[in-house]
Amino acid sequence: MLRYAVRRLLLLVPILLGLSILIFAWIHALPGSPAESLLGERASPESIAQIRSQLGLDKPIYVQYWRYVETVGGGDLGTSIATRRPVTDEIKQRFPATVELTLAAGFFAVLIGIPLGFFTAKRNGSIWDQGGLVVSLIGVSIPIFFLALILKYIFSVRLGWLPSVGRQDVLISAKHPTNFYVLDGIVTGNWDAAWDAVKHLILPAVALASIPLAIIARITRASVLDVQNEDYVRTARAKGLPPRTVDRRHVMRNAMLPVTTIIGLQVGLLLSGAILTETVFAFPGLGTWIQAAIENRDYPVLQGGILFVGIIVVLVNLVVDLSYGLLNPRIRLAGR
Amino acid sequence: MAGKVHNLRHSAKLVAALVVLALVTGTAALAAGGHSQASDTLVFGASADPVSLDGSLINDGESIRVVKQIVQTLVAQAPGTTNLIPQLATKWKNSPNGKVWTFTLRHGVSFSDGTPFNAKAVCYNFDRWYNYTGALQNSSVSYYYNLVFGGFKTGATAKNAVYRSCRAIGSGTAIITLTKPFGPFLGALTLIPFAIQSPTALLRYGANKGTLSKDGVFVPSGTYGTQHPTGTGPYKLESWTVGDKLTLVRNDKYWGKKPFLRRLIFRPIADNAARLQALQTGEIDGYDNVEPQDIATIQKSSGLKIVNRPSFNVGYVTINQSMKPFDNIKVRQAVAYGLDRASVVNAFYAGRGSVASQFEPPSVAGWNPNVTKYPYDPNKAKQLLQSAGLTLPVPVEFWYPTNVSRPYMPDPPRNFQAFAASLEKSGFKVTAKSAPWRPDYLGAVIGGTGGALNLLGQTGDYADPESFLGILRSNQQFGLPASNPLYTKLNAALSVTNLEKRAAMYKSINQYIAQTLPGVPYVNTKPALAFKKTVVGFKPSPTLNDNFELVRFSK
Repeated sequence: MLRYAVRRLLLLVPILLGLSILIFAWIHALPGSPAESLLGERASPESIAQIRSQLGLDKPIYVQYWRYVETVGGGDLGTSIATRRPVTDEIKQRFPATVELTLAAGFFAVLIGIPLGFFTAKRNGSIWDQGGLVVSLIGVSIPIFFLALILKYIFSVRLGWLPSVGRQDVLISAKHPTNFYVLDGIVTGNWDAAWDAVKHLILPAVALASIPLAIIARITRASVLDVQNEDYVRTARAKGLPPRTVDRRHVMRNAMLPVTTIIGLQVGLLLSGAILTETVFAFPGLGTWIQAAIENRDYPVLQGGILFVGIIVVLVNLVVDLSYGLLNPRIRLAGR
Repeated sequence: MAGKVHNLRHSAKLVAALVVLALVTGTAALAAGGHSQASDTLVFGASADPVSLDGSLINDGESIRVVKQIVQTLVAQAPGTTNLIPQLATKWKNSPNGKVWTFTLRHGVSFSDGTPFNAKAVCYNFDRWYNYTGALQNSSVSYYYNLVFGGFKTGATAKNAVYRSCRAIGSGTAIITLTKPFGPFLGALTLIPFAIQSPTALLRYGANKGTLSKDGVFVPSGTYGTQHPTGTGPYKLESWTVGDKLTLVRNDKYWGKKPFLRRLIFRPIADNAARLQALQTGEIDGYDNVEPQDIATIQKSSGLKIVNRPSFNVGYVTINQSMKPFDNIKVRQAVAYGLDRASVVNAFYAGRGSVASQFEPPSVAGWNPNVTKYPYDPNKAKQLLQSAGLTLPVPVEFWYPTNVSRPYMPDPPRNFQAFAASLEKSGFKVTAKSAPWRPDYLGAVIGGTGGALNLLGQTGDYADPESFLGILRSNQQFGLPASNPLYTKLNAALSVTNLEKRAAMYKSINQYIAQTLPGVPYVNTKPALAFKKTVVGFKPSPTLNDNFELVRFSK
């Protein structure tokens, strides 16, 4: 297991290197340049040339890349052109918002997706199963952006049940020691603030959860169908174990292995989906930040922010792989 | 079989429990609709957070909107117009040589930190800007000082500096000396970057402290621009959580009439559709830059209204006279007659545009109602081309930008197509050429290597004709020879400081431009703001100098 973990950790090096090259190349392929973003569109060619020279943009591309790696390696992700704040400060403030939203969406997707998958597997071929399939297909095929708009229109604009923007009502006075607003409300004993933060999470989390929920439900269904025909399940039943015990100990536990991997893989999907969802709900997380950076050609934010999100996705996948090893004895023992 | 039934019951129970959970959550959320609106608090939907709250270091609309409520200028604009009125200065006079300005200051004014506003404070601010060094001289940091005052005490631009010195006479008189007579001076002083801020607070909170990052961005290390902006305006900063909200509260030390609203909250919502929906749900009370397609929705809504901002932009087609045969005035006149401006404005601007006749909008001094007009007349255009000795159709390369939308040019390809069609009916053979807005298109057009005709426009920086007409003087896009009389006229007007005389000179310049046609202006557009109908008293400024002092909720 240890060897497996070390091997996976070592793999991070080429992955992160590749990621940095991709991001660097992408940023350089964008039209315009940081110099023009800094000086505005009516800047004179002379001042643009001066800034290009100041920023080293006139140096060969490999020199620029090396400078980028050096800076990032030193923990400096640059400074936002739009806000004049260090990218790391912006991440500290916005990342908790995205984590909160991603967790809420993940929680919702797992809480509904797994039981739904189990339920439809148990009713394989029935009208419930067909209905579940249709719901899953809709979940996967409807664009998050569109679903978010529909949810917002119905529940905020028409019914007025839930807020349509932000993380908290602006008239609520609350302290934010951790920037996780729900947690902050609980920690500071401000229950109104905590509840208000939960209300602000509901619609974006449901929209963001739609695709992972559908995928988790389908994988759970397939996995349960697969497992419940296994010999050990038949043996357990033959021994006269109560069906609930068989389901809990033998079916679900084994069926969860592929589902765990899928849940881990959904983190990437959730983070990319957060860009759209956060934009629609003006949710001040990494998504709205990166979206604004694309519009403003805020190169340091794009470089730093996307690299950060990339690293998070890679790390989460690593944790999932390792936890998969813990759950699955065949992997855990393979290294011995 | 029994086990299967049991299993089904169990899973059905689980699903039912989840549905109940979802319903409970949904029902509990019922109470969430909108927010509990306090009638002394207005929530404004901004498109972004301010960049900084240090007035002298900002140039974006969202920063200016917020800082405008905190600080004041010596000279201001009458609400909703660009007419100059006294603010922190009660009167002013200019010396006969045009270089020395004497400002008589308002008595009994103090900054929100309790320190007095006086001549020393005025001079401290002017000297602060003039003495910027290093990163603070960067035009992305002190954009407006660079634009208006040309240069600093030190550095490469020192030789271009318009400002020389400021002298305080007692507490009530500030004498500002310039290096040359500078006509736009008073109009430029209405800009928020030239507001007078508390010297004590600027020093205490390290307003000038900061470094240039490796990305070329000025990173302040003091807290003045983020936590302690201090001015003489009707509001002061209470709190600012970036990405969430910025709250201003009434400044109890304000010298003028107390504003109606106790609190102003600016909430950043980048997405236009999200701002509209937040207004519909009551989470905000108003927002700026309404998308043209949303205007009808807002107007139909019983609780909402549209407020028009006077136009402060102009869209035009430039004609590069260095390309033959466009050096011939008859050919340029044919272009002017051949562009069906009224149709384009009526068809593509959702009622927000009006046909422009000159390079500045009507809200700016010097606009001339009597300039030569060129109504669409394809036959006249053909006659002019023939009288210039040309064989029809006359080929012309017409450039338009892609990947860009501006208030004066929401959809450039559509404008181009309509103009190209009308020009083809007028004896031209149009060759289309497009390029991405930045850097390709702007680089080529401004550098004079674009087409003979190019789609362009601008939004003004400040309320002075120079802010619009200066573009004709400062680049090669019109292909004008250095000896062109337009330069002499523009330079002469630039040094005249008497407002009436300047206005008359610019009226004459606008007529000269209309006759010589370096380009064909075609549209001025009115941006729209949206508010709840209960919000009254808001008078939008053409230059974004919006004042919330008189805004209140109607009963």
